[in-house]
Amino acid sequence: MQLSVNGQSRDLELDNRTTLLDALREHLGLIGSKKGCDHGQCGACTVLLDGRRTNACLVLAVTCAGREVATIEGLAGPDGLHPVQQAFVEHDGFQCGYCTPGQIMSAVGMLEEFERGWPSAVTGEVQPAGLTAPEIRERMSGNLCRCGAYVGILAALTDVASRS
Amino acid sequence: MDFLQPSTMAEALAAKAEHPGAVPIAGGTDVMVEMNFDKHRPPALLDVTRVSELTEWGMDDGRVRLGAGVSYTRIIDELGDRLPGLAMASRTVGSPQIRNRGTVGGNLGAASPAGDAHPALLAADAEIELQSTAGTRVVKAHEFYLGVKRNAARRDELITAIVLTPPSGPQQFCKIGTRNAMVISVAAFGLALHPDRRVVRTGIGSVAPTPRRAYAAEEFLAAELESAGLWESRAELPTALAREFGEKVKAAGAPIDDVRGTAAYRLHSLAVMARRAVTWAWTDYRTARGT
Repeated sequence: MQLSVNGQSRDLELDNRTTLLDALREHLGLIGSKKGCDHGQCGACTVLLDGRRTNACLVLAVTCAGREVATIEGLAGPDGLHPVQQAFVEHDGFQCGYCTPGQIMSAVGMLEEFERGWPSAVTGEVQPAGLTAPEIRERMSGNLCRCGAYVGILAALTDVASRS
Repeated sequence: MDFLQPSTMAEALAAKAEHPGAVPIAGGTDVMVEMNFDKHRPPALLDVTRVSELTEWGMDDGRVRLGAGVSYTRIIDELGDRLPGLAMASRTVGSPQIRNRGTVGGNLGAASPAGDAHPALLAADAEIELQSTAGTRVVKAHEFYLGVKRNAARRDELITAIVLTPPSGPQQFCKIGTRNAMVISVAAFGLALHPDRRVVRTGIGSVAPTPRRAYAAEEFLAAELESAGLWESRAELPTALAREFGEKVKAAGAPIDDVRGTAAYRLHSLAVMARRAVTWAWTDYRTARGT
C-alpha cells in the first residue's frame, strides 16, 4: 500500500492487522509517535489524520490509504521549531519527554479545533474569546503525562494561544 | 484475518451477507482495543468508513437521520442545536482524539451498558435502522439492547443509521466517573422532556445489564406534571417532586459491584443525577430555552 506521511508518499507492504502506529514506528522508522498504552487511553501516539488528531494505535494502517498522516517528525519547518514545540521548550512542558510528541501533536490539533469554534465539555453556551485554563485542560484531556508536567504544558499552550 | 473494504452500501451489505462473522469497524476506538490486547480476533473486519451514506446526516420530514458512522465530533459541532441531549453525551465521550473517530453506530454495535450515547438515544425515543441484502428494518432503541454487549442486529445486518424526531423540550445528560476524560461511566442518566406529547423519557447507563429506560419514573413525572398543570403554568418544579423522581429512576437500576464502583454507589449517584437533571431541564423549560 501507499501511505502519505508528512507530505511524502511511502510504499509499504503490511499485514492487514498492522496499526498505523506500528507502521510508523516499525516499518517507516518514525519513532517520534510513542506506544504508551496501545488502547487509546494515554494519547502518546497522537498524530493528525487528514488534519484531525487521532490515536494512531486505534487505526489500522490499511484504512489510511489516500489519507494524509502528520507526525511530530514533520512538524518543524525550514525556519525552525513549530510555535508549539518552541513553547514547550520555553515553558518546560515536559520532564522525561515520552508523552511530548503526542502532547504537541494533540495541541496542534486542539488549537485548530478551537479556531473552528468547536465546543468542549466545559464550554458553556457561548465559546470564550480565548483559551482559558479550564478549556485547555479539558481539550488536552486525551493526553496523559506521568511525570506531571501539566503545569508547564498549560503554560506553554496558554502562551501559544495568546500569541495566535 | 480477512479485511473487507467496501466503497458503497450495496457492497458493504453483500460483504456482510457473505461474511456474517465479520466485525464492522468505523472509528476503531472499541474494536481495536480488543484486537490490540488479543481479547478478540474476528475472522474478518469490515471497514465501513468508505461508505459515504454512513457518514452523512440529514433531515427528512422533521426527523433526523444520523448515519451510523458520523463521528461524535461532528455530532457536537453540527447537531448541537437539533439534538442537544445526544450532543451533551457526545461531549463526554472518551477524549478529543476518541471523539474525532468514534461513532454512535459503534456504540450501538458494542451495546455496552456503559456506552455514553445510549441514555440520550433512549430519552429521545430514537430508532435504529438495520440493513441487510434482504432489506431495511427499524428497531426502537428500548428494544435494541438485549443483554450485556448483545443487540438486536442479526449477523447479516449492518447498523446503518439512527432515526429520531428531535425532542420538543429540554434535554439533559449526566454521567459520573473518576475524572472527566477517558472514563467508562460508573453511572449515567439521560433525560428528555417532550411537552408536545406531554411525556417524559429517560435512559440509564451502567446500572443494569443493558441501557434501559426508567419507565415508572417517566410515568410518575408525566402524571404529576399533568395533574398539577405544570406543563401549562411552567411554575417551579417542587423540590419533593424532583427528589421523588430521582428515587423512582434509582428503582429502575439493577447494578453490580465491580472495579469501577459498588452497586450502592451507582444507585445513589443515579438518584442524585436524575434529581439534578430534571431540575435543570425544568428550569430550561420555564425560561423557554430549548422548547
